[in-house]
Amino acid sequence: MAESDDMPEGARPATSVAASRRGFLRRAALLSGGAAATRYVHAANSASDDAPPGVPDWSRTLGAPILASPYGVPSRHEASVQRRQSPGLTRTPHSSVAFTPLQNLFGIITPSGLHFERHHAGVPDIDPERHRLLIHGLVRDPRVFTMEDITRYPSVSRIHFIECGANTGMEWGNVAVPTVQYTHGMLGCSEWTGVPLATLLDDVGIDRARARFVLAEGADGASLTRTVPIEMAQDDVLVVYGQNGEMLRPEQGYPLRLLVPGVQGVSSVKWLRRIKVGDAPWNTREESIHYTDLMPGGVSRQYTWIQEAKSVITSPSGGQVLLDRGYQAITGLAWSGRGRVRRVDVSTDGGRNWRTAQLQEPVLAKALTRFRIDWRWDGAPALLQSRVIDETGYVQPSIRALRAVRGSRSIYHNNAIQTWHVDPSGEVTNVQTL
Amino acid sequence: MCRRSSARVAASAAAFACALAVADLPWGAEAGARSTPSFGFGKPATAAQIRAWDIDVRPDGAGLPDGRGTVAQGQALYDVKCASCHGTFGESTDYMVLAGGVGTLGSDAPLRTTGSKLNYATTLFDYIRRAMPFAAPKSLSDDEVYALTAYVLNLNDILPADAALDRQSILQVKMPNRDGFTTAHGMMRRDGKPDTAEIACMADCVAQVRLSSEMPDYARDSHGNLAEQTRPLGVVEGVDTSRPAGLSAAPAGTRAAKTVRASLSPADLVKSLACTTCHSTTARVVGPAFRDVAQKYAGDASAESRLVAKIHEGGGGVWGATAMPPQPQVRDADARSIVQWILGGAR
Repeated sequence: MAESDDMPEGARPATSVAASRRGFLRRAALLSGGAAATRYVHAANSASDDAPPGVPDWSRTLGAPILASPYGVPSRHEASVQRRQSPGLTRTPHSSVAFTPLQNLFGIITPSGLHFERHHAGVPDIDPERHRLLIHGLVRDPRVFTMEDITRYPSVSRIHFIECGANTGMEWGNVAVPTVQYTHGMLGCSEWTGVPLATLLDDVGIDRARARFVLAEGADGASLTRTVPIEMAQDDVLVVYGQNGEMLRPEQGYPLRLLVPGVQGVSSVKWLRRIKVGDAPWNTREESIHYTDLMPGGVSRQYTWIQEAKSVITSPSGGQVLLDRGYQAITGLAWSGRGRVRRVDVSTDGGRNWRTAQLQEPVLAKALTRFRIDWRWDGAPALLQSRVIDETGYVQPSIRALRAVRGSRSIYHNNAIQTWHVDPSGEVTNVQTL
Repeated sequence: MCRRSSARVAASAAAFACALAVADLPWGAEAGARSTPSFGFGKPATAAQIRAWDIDVRPDGAGLPDGRGTVAQGQALYDVKCASCHGTFGESTDYMVLAGGVGTLGSDAPLRTTGSKLNYATTLFDYIRRAMPFAAPKSLSDDEVYALTAYVLNLNDILPADAALDRQSILQVKMPNRDGFTTAHGMMRRDGKPDTAEIACMADCVAQVRLSSEMPDYARDSHGNLAEQTRPLGVVEGVDTSRPAGLSAAPAGTRAAKTVRASLSPADLVKSLACTTCHSTTARVVGPAFRDVAQKYAGDASAESRLVAKIHEGGGGVWGATAMPPQPQVRDADARSIVQWILGGAR
């Protein structure tokens, strides 16, 4: 133990571990010679010997010290879990989308770094000390707020999903993409922290007789604008700076964004710089050319804010392989922009017969709800579907029912039941049934 | 109380009456009715501050600035600042298509363009002013925005070549799709009526299930190798789409052991193996600095194998009295990688 006395104070525990290992090696060397002992130890390091009776490398060495990564990153073995873009979907990465890997997530919270990205002019690098929010229009006291001002207000934290209005938009006419990341991955759910917009509107004194809508505007190059009805603005809309316990990520609107629960994602304007109170909707570019739902006959539905109830099985799902017959846990996500999930049913035979799944608590309004159900796969082909019923009694429609009303050209608000086909080989693929 | 309820259910008649009653009061008199305290954070916005950021324009003309621009002026600007993305005639599909498509929205192949889909020219003005050109938004003067708006409308045969736009004339423009929008749907309100009314049947719901759409074989790897897009543990794995269908999946029940082992960089290895407890890159700690080791053995061809052995077996007497303990747990490849990195200057 003499060496350990020479070590710096902080290194002692580590050294004593090393010393005892040396003690083991010395004993081994006495028996069979140093070189042989070294080979013995190295042989135990091959991957197949990590399970007992082998003892893996990580049990024989020191781990990384503290602060190896001061903010923390996922294990390097998780490299397959990433946001991804759908090749060919957009022309420029500055006005594009990266999808959440739903197939790899647990529970209902989307890690902030995996929450889908959608930008219209790239991600601005905003200095929070220089950021300002202007609230004006039909108000008594138009005011400019710093982040310091905003964070002084009483805050609330709430769990809500954000789903892009175009989620599943590539699948209106036929299947187009292979995995749930691309079919449903413009979806995330976080605990958001911020100030109720109603608090700020109260504080600037809105003209209640005339106020009917508010306009939210971003501080990015696109300065994207969306109209929000005053009923929502005064109900549960938040001006958000926190996401899952940390400040918003830059790609989620750092340092300030709007959060309009249950409404298509584009309304939750990121990098929020301005709220204007008005008496008529604004018919902005993202409310006329885009984010309007083209119906058969050529008329477009405008201001289609609400995200209606929707669900999807995330495992097993497209692009995966079942490795064994027998017991499988089917699991997925359900949500409704109109409130809570009441029930989720699952079919393994393409919608002929259904069983009701278990809902994982908590079941929150306008938040993702995790469901699961047991299944025994006998190796025969199967068609997996989930169907949500929300607290209003609304039943998630089939693609057939949806197309009968809306045709197949509307891009937005495809909340149809998703079907995954399980091949006897175990391979799962994206299909549609009629 | 009155304030809160009027906010939440503005549509109800009672709440409406309540809102009117409040509005009749001077705003200052409302303070007594507040259900939340007044905080008063932030600073009063000056007229100049509001003017600079208040750039939105509504279809009724609210927000339109003074200014004027002609189609000809717009064309000159367009050719320099816009045509590279949108095409000479606004036809490029690389970015937003600006022209054409009128009359196609009801067809099986609707072409959504600024000309065919937009309902109000004011929205075009608003959007160019706030967001264009793509890489230099908010760089155009109001005159230039009027001119570009005029030219895009001219590309769509909505304005003649000798036309000009200003805050009055832009309101006279009638876009082809002016009446192409409806708010008669259930998605504007939380309590709106959905357009489907499915029944949650539980048994024998469908006589025959027909597959109507499947991913074509040629699109199998259109999104890259799906084996790399699912976590390689659990009851499922990603399909290896680098191989044809049928060959990709191991037969059920023959799950292969995974032997993939990612490698750390030498700089990370010396941390994870705790070498840095006693060594640093540039300064002596307990043992010598990595850079000093590199200097000492510069040009010594046999140094690499000797130092690898030293990591495994330990050593002493070279750099001082304290011996380096043997580190037999370090894999050969890792030890070699560390030594090469040290001898290369630990950079």
